[in-house]
Amino acid sequence: MTTAVVRASRAMRRPVRSRALKPWYRNGTLVAGLVIVGLLVLVALLAPLLTPYDPIAQDLEHALASPSGAHWLGTDKYGRDVLTRLMYGARIDLRVGFLAVLIPFVVGSVLGALAGYFGGWFDTVVMRVVDVFFAFPFYVLVIVLVFVLGAGESSIYLAIATVSWVSYAKILRGELLVAKKQDWVIAARLGGMSHGRILLRHIAPNVLSQALIYAMSDIVMDIMAIVTLGYLGLGIAPPTAEWGSMILDGQEFITTQWQQATIPGLAVVVTSLGLSFLGDGLSDLLTPERRR
Amino acid sequence: MIPESGAPLLRVQDLTIGIRRPGGRSVAIVEDVSFDVDPGQRLGIVGESGSGKSLTLRAVAGLLPRGVEVLSGRVEFAGRDLLTMPAKDRRALMGPQIAMIFQEPMTALNPVMRVGDQIAEGPRRHLGMSAKEAGELAVSMMARTGIPDPARRAKAYPHELSGGLRQRIMIAMAVSCGPRLLLCDEPTTALDVTVQLQVLKLLEKLCDDTGASLVFVTHDLAVVNQTCSELAVMYAGHIVEAGRVKDTFRQPRHPYTRGLLESAPDFDRPERELIPIPGFPPNVADRPSGCPFAPRCGYVRDHCTEAVPPLEEVLPGRLAACYESDRLVEVLA
Repeated sequence: MTTAVVRASRAMRRPVRSRALKPWYRNGTLVAGLVIVGLLVLVALLAPLLTPYDPIAQDLEHALASPSGAHWLGTDKYGRDVLTRLMYGARIDLRVGFLAVLIPFVVGSVLGALAGYFGGWFDTVVMRVVDVFFAFPFYVLVIVLVFVLGAGESSIYLAIATVSWVSYAKILRGELLVAKKQDWVIAARLGGMSHGRILLRHIAPNVLSQALIYAMSDIVMDIMAIVTLGYLGLGIAPPTAEWGSMILDGQEFITTQWQQATIPGLAVVVTSLGLSFLGDGLSDLLTPERRR
Repeated sequence: MIPESGAPLLRVQDLTIGIRRPGGRSVAIVEDVSFDVDPGQRLGIVGESGSGKSLTLRAVAGLLPRGVEVLSGRVEFAGRDLLTMPAKDRRALMGPQIAMIFQEPMTALNPVMRVGDQIAEGPRRHLGMSAKEAGELAVSMMARTGIPDPARRAKAYPHELSGGLRQRIMIAMAVSCGPRLLLCDEPTTALDVTVQLQVLKLLEKLCDDTGASLVFVTHDLAVVNQTCSELAVMYAGHIVEAGRVKDTFRQPRHPYTRGLLESAPDFDRPERELIPIPGFPPNVADRPSGCPFAPRCGYVRDHCTEAVPPLEEVLPGRLAACYESDRLVEVLA
């Protein structure tokens, strides 16, 4: 009897936020994604400390060595340690992947949000431009643009930014079309708030999660694009270590030294998997009704 | 800004709201609606769905849906025409002078903002308060609206609160800048009856405390009886009867008002039979000539269908738009 009363009063003293949502660390997908991507980033950052070799310096005496205690994944045709180049390659591929997402994320989100919120001629113009870009396959357009602009890191950023902002614009426009008709937006208007304030303070926190979730899969696309460009010889100039060019260089020895082309390929797969997990986990985390 | 004493706070004059069709022909949804709201007065606008009561309120708030516009008439607040003033001036009025409370407390709060911040936003913008002052004001407003443990609940998100609490938050938001006119669009429809009464009492008390005027749109006669002093009954886009709530309920002088009262249950007299109003309200684009209520009216005579009856004083302080008003003299018990 007494314990029941005590228990009841405890229950009543529970915090207002008693309908607790699952904490982020209980979300398996998110944790898996964080671990994989975290490890990759760590390896990329610590590459010079993790390996005694130089990723670029040639050592022709030890060219095409098989995996051994000294060279865990063997050496390539210039005698460079494959594992070392793999780790240094992560620096390039991850950096370009993450950075290439930033500009389209910002530009596309802003344009899409304004188009969706204000509508009218601005919406029409932006969305027709979006349609034009959507008419071409992503990789084809990126490759053509890099080809025109010339190989190199800055062309890659520019090409990816030019092509991939349209997805963010579409996502944000759709979100805004729904959001601007919500009662809480109308209530904010009625409270005398300006359009800028409503967009930034009220709507942005509600709709940006969708773009953020998409950005995770977009990074995967971008990394794939960089690797593809590297493989086609349009990417980062050799001798800089980069996964795509490693696959290109390794493929001629695929029958004798399979690991040279396969391992960088696997690295791309693992990175993509990690980022996909991260995106899925984030979407669960940021969509409250799916967090229970 | 401050009206000379005796002037109404809100004056709606010959307001006609409708859809402008290409080619110049327009369809009026609300026609020639006029009413005054004095400082401190509480007006209830009652009508069926589609009677134009919400549109009228939305025109005052500047919230007409796309495609619907004010075709003619004036909406004056404290002597200034809201319809012709620049958008910027009008926005400056919204919040500190005019505030609105919505029907759905579930959707009218931003889901990703803490409720305390949502209440504090208005005072920060309009009254120039610091974040800290506004936060304290928000908590005290929540306390005034009867929210238990307001300091802790101010940190909650809307989905963590019940419907009644959310409606109180809405009210706290609306009154946080001390408006002189509160517009309510069926603020209690989405709530349980028990919570409804609490919220109505709260609205009443806040208006009494601050001297704010209230315009209350609802289809629920009991709610008007509880909250308002003045009543306007709308039918098919027209005000058909207006007067003091108590008098009008006791002795309606328009057949529609009478029909509304007779079709609503009365707990004091459970044995009374409910009499529904036959038929449906007319389509806006296809209104009958003459009195719009004539096809459903039990008192109809030939002349009713010839011309629209004007809204005239039938008793001191009572307006009715009915040629046969004098035949409705019995007093309802």
